[in-house]
Amino acid sequence: MSRHHKAHGANGQHRPVYYNLFELLGLLLAFFLYLIPFYFVIINSFKTKREAGLMNISWPSTFQIAENYRTVITNNRSALLVAFKNSIIITALSLLVMILVCSMAGFVLQRRRDKLSTAANFALLTGLMIPPAIVPTIWVMKAIGIYKSIPGMVLIEVALNCSFSSILYRGFMGSIPREIDEAAVIDGCGPLGLYSCIIMPLLKPVTATIIVLSTINIFNDFVNPMYFLPGTRNITVQQTLYNYSGQYANDYNLLFADVMLITIPPLLLFIFFNKQIVSGMVAGAIKG
Amino acid sequence: MTRAMKKLYSPWFLVPVGAIFFVLFLLPTLMSFFFSMTTWTLTYWKFTGFDNLRMFFREISLRISFKNTLIYSVLTCGFKVVLGLIFGAILSSHMLKTRHFLRSVLFFPNLISTLAVGLTFKSLMHPTRGLINAMLRGIGIAGPDWLGNHNIALYSIIGIDVWKGVGIATVIYISGILSIPEQYYEALSIDGGSTWDKFIHITVPLCRPARNSVIILAFIGGMRTFDLVWVTTKGGPGFYTDLLASVIYKQYCAGYYGLATLGNVLMLLLICALAYPLYFYITRKEVDL
Amino acid sequence: MKKLFALLLLVCMCFSFSAVAEEKVVTLMIDNATSYAGIEAAGKWIEETYGIRLEIQFRPGGAEGENYVRTLLAAGEMADLCYFNAGALLATINPAEFFVDLTGDELIANVSESYYPCVSVDGKIYGIPAGSSFCGSWLYNKAVYAELGLEVPHTWADLMENCQKAKDAGKTAVIASFGDDWTSQLILLADYYNLEAGNPNFAADFDANKAKYATDPYGLKSFQKMEEVYQKGFMNADYNTNTYDYALEMLVNGDGVHYPMLTNALTNIYTAYGQEAVDNIGVFGQPGDDPDNHGITVWMPNAIYIFKNGANVDLAKEWCGYFLSPEGIEAYAAASKPEGPFVVKGVELTDVYAGVQEMMPYFDEGKTTAALEFVSSVKGPNSPQICIECLSGLRSAEEAAAEYDADAEKQAKQLGLAGW
Repeated sequence: MSRHHKAHGANGQHRPVYYNLFELLGLLLAFFLYLIPFYFVIINSFKTKREAGLMNISWPSTFQIAENYRTVITNNRSALLVAFKNSIIITALSLLVMILVCSMAGFVLQRRRDKLSTAANFALLTGLMIPPAIVPTIWVMKAIGIYKSIPGMVLIEVALNCSFSSILYRGFMGSIPREIDEAAVIDGCGPLGLYSCIIMPLLKPVTATIIVLSTINIFNDFVNPMYFLPGTRNITVQQTLYNYSGQYANDYNLLFADVMLITIPPLLLFIFFNKQIVSGMVAGAIKG
Repeated sequence: MTRAMKKLYSPWFLVPVGAIFFVLFLLPTLMSFFFSMTTWTLTYWKFTGFDNLRMFFREISLRISFKNTLIYSVLTCGFKVVLGLIFGAILSSHMLKTRHFLRSVLFFPNLISTLAVGLTFKSLMHPTRGLINAMLRGIGIAGPDWLGNHNIALYSIIGIDVWKGVGIATVIYISGILSIPEQYYEALSIDGGSTWDKFIHITVPLCRPARNSVIILAFIGGMRTFDLVWVTTKGGPGFYTDLLASVIYKQYCAGYYGLATLGNVLMLLLICALAYPLYFYITRKEVDL
Repeated sequence: MKKLFALLLLVCMCFSFSAVAEEKVVTLMIDNATSYAGIEAAGKWIEETYGIRLEIQFRPGGAEGENYVRTLLAAGEMADLCYFNAGALLATINPAEFFVDLTGDELIANVSESYYPCVSVDGKIYGIPAGSSFCGSWLYNKAVYAELGLEVPHTWADLMENCQKAKDAGKTAVIASFGDDWTSQLILLADYYNLEAGNPNFAADFDANKAKYATDPYGLKSFQKMEEVYQKGFMNADYNTNTYDYALEMLVNGDGVHYPMLTNALTNIYTAYGQEAVDNIGVFGQPGDDPDNHGITVWMPNAIYIFKNGANVDLAKEWCGYFLSPEGIEAYAAASKPEGPFVVKGVELTDVYAGVQEMMPYFDEGKTTAALEFVSSVKGPNSPQICIECLSGLRSAEEAAAEYDADAEKQAKQLGLAGW
C-alpha cells in the first residue's frame, strides 16, 4: 500500500480538512442511493405476502423470516438447491475455460498489429455488440450434440462472454511493456513460455477483475440458460425468481428472499476478490 | 518488429477462443442473414425476400425505438465514462478513509440481477407510494411519475442503468489508474504539481485504455440492451420507452422469427455504422502510448 | 431364523424394487402466473386413487412464456402435459406437429361442444379444459355502491354516470393498473359482447381480413369507450405504474369503485383478503347501448395439451381422463373455487363466490359470448400497449384502432394465415 500512498502525494502531508466534507458527502450519497434500496430488499423479504405487496420500507407488523426463507429453499422439491449446484458448476467451468482462452487471445491481439489482429478485433467487437441469434444457435448446438447439456451451456457462456474478457485482457496488455517480451526472448523463451511464465502472472489483477465481472454475468444470466439448457433438472438460480413473479400473482416477500439467497455467492466472491484486485495491483505486478 | 518477435505472438493463441466463438456465435449470426428473409416457424421456412423489410419499417414503434436507443446508449455511456472516472480517481486515491467501503457499496448493485433491480426501482419510483416521491414530498417537491410519464420514463430507466452500471466502470478505471507507473506522479510532485494537476495531466491521459474499454462497453451495451426496460416498463407507457432490442424481442416473443432475425441484422448494421468508427477513432491514439 | 430373515429381506427388496418400477409420473408444464391449486388438488386425488403422480414444472408467463413454449416444443423438451392458452394463441405454436389429436376421442366426450372451437386448429381438437371459465367484467365494490346509492348499470351511459358520481364523491371511479400491462385490455376485450351484438359476423370477417376495428362502427366504439374513460378523468392518477396487486387492494378497501377485470381476480382477492372481502365484490358485464341486451363476454378456460413426443403419452392421456371425471373436477373445485361455469358436461356449480353468482343470470339467459381471441385466430401481441396509449390519451380512438388492425395484420402475415 505504501507505494500507492506515496504516488498520490498524501504521504507526510496533513490531510486537508475539506476531505472530511467529501467523506461525509460520499457517505450520504451511498446511504441514500445505495443502502436504502438494499434495505428495501431485505426488509421486504421478512414480510408477509400482503405487506410485501405494498412495496414500501415500513417496519413489518409481523416477521415471517424463517418461514419465507424455508419456503424459498424447499419449494418445488428443493429446486433452489439443484439450481445452485447447476449455476455454480456452469459458472466455474465457464470461467476456467474463458480465462485460459481469452488471456491468450488478449496477449496476442494487443501485441500484433497486422491484418489478422484487425480481423480478430473486428470479430470481437461484433461479439460484444450484436445479440446472439438464438434459434440458429440451437440448431448448431443440436448438430454437434451439445444442446441442453452442461458442457454446451459452458461453451455458450464462453462464446457470449469471451469478447468482453478478451478486450479487457487486450486493454490491460497495453500497460505491460514490450521490453518484457524482448527480455524474455533474450532469455530464450518461446511463445508458450513467454505466455505461461511471464505474461499470465502479470495479468493477475485483470484476471481478478474478469473473475468478478464474469461470475456476475454468468451467475446472473437467466435468458441464455432458458433457451440453451431447458429442463427442470437443469434449472439455474435466476430462473427460480420466476416462481415468485408472475402475471397474476406476485409473491414479493418470497421473491426478495430468493434474491437475497442467490446474491450470496457473487457477494462472497466479490468480498474475496475485491481485496485481491487491490493487493494484486499493489504487489507490483506492473513495473513502469 | 523483428521476425523473432513476430513469431512470439503466434496466431495459434487465437485458435481456441476463435473456434468457440465461430461455431457458437458467428456461424449462427451468419445463418440469421438468410433467415431474415423468410417467414419462419422454427420447423419450416418460406422465403419472402424483402417483405420483412417492408413490414419492419412499418413497425409503429420503430422511429421511437431508434431515437430512444441512441439517447439511451449515448447518455448511459456518457454518465458512466464521466462518473466512473471521477469515482475511480477518488476511490483509488487516499482522499477518503472510507474508500474501501464506498467502493464496495458502489459495486454492489452489479451483484444483484437485473430482474431484482428493476422490481426494486419500480416500487421506489412509484408516483404515490414510492419512497423517492415520499422523500421529495418531505422537502416540499411533488415528484413526477418516474416510470409512468412518457416524457421522463426513458430517463428514469437511464438513471437506473447508470446506478447499476457505474460500479463496473469505476472498477475498470481503478485498475487502469492503479497501473499508471508512479514515476509520473513523483516527477510531477517534484515539479510542485497539485493533486488536481496530477489528475488532469497524468491520470486522465494515462488511463485512456481503461476509458476506451468503458466507452466501448457502455456504448455498445447501451445499444443492445433492453432487459432493464423490459423489467420496468416493457417498453411502455405505450411504446415510449421501446428500444430497438425490445422491439426485436417483442417480435421474437410473438413468434415472428423471420422478422425478429431481420431486426437483429438491422441492429447489427446500425451498430457497425456507429460503433466501429467510434472504436477506431478512440483506439488510434492508444497505439502512440 | 436366518432363512426367514433372508426371505424377509428378499421380499422387502422385491417390494421396494417393484414400488420404484411402478411409480407412474406425469409431468405438467404450467406458467408461473396461473393459480395451480386446483390442478394440484386434482393431481393429488388422482395420485391417491390411481397412483399416477403429477410433477408440475414452471415456466415464465406472458409473451416470454409463449416463446419459451415454442422453443421447448421445437427442441422436444416439453413436459408430458402442456398448459397453454386456448384460442388465438394456440394456432401460433403449430399444434398439429406437437400435440396429440383428440378429435373424436372419448376423452373429450363430456367436454362441452362450445369449448371445441377454442382448442381446435384446422378442424382438429387438441386440448382439454384446465379449469373453469371466467368472464371479462367490471368488478365493483358493493359497499361503496350502497353508500353512494348506485345501481348496477345496464347501459354504457349509466355506467359513465355511476363513474361520475363516484368521482364526485372523491373515489377512484375506474381503477387502472398499467404497471401490469395486460390489465389495460379489459375494456376493449370485455366489450366484445356488444361488438358482436352489433355485427354478428365480425369474428369471421376479422379472421378473413375483411372487417377492421378502425372501420367497423361497433369495433371503433370499443376504442371510443377507452377514450371516454380517459377524457373524463375516471382513473387513478398513477394509472401508468399501478399494479394488479394494488388495484385489487384499492377495490377491496373501497378507494376504487370499479375495476374492469377478469373474474378470476375473485380468487386472488379471496386468497389475499379473505371471505368477507370477496363477498363484497360484485360483477357485471360491460354494458352496451341497449339496456335489454346487457350481456357478458366469457373467457374460456386455458387448456392442457398432450405432448405428442413425450415419454408417457398414454399415461398422460389416462391422467387427463381422471382429471375430467366428476370426482376430479370436484377435487379441483374444492381447492380452487370456480370463477365461472366449468365447460364439462354434468358439472354443477355449488360453492361459488358472490360475484360468480351474479354472473349466473347472464348464462341462464344465454346472454354470453366467447371473447374474440377464442373465436378468431388473430390477436396482435402489441394489444396491451395500444390500449394503454388509448387509455392515457397518447392516441385517439381512431388511431389506436388502426394501430390494432396493423398489429393484427402483421401477425397474420408472419404466421402465414390464409387470406392475408
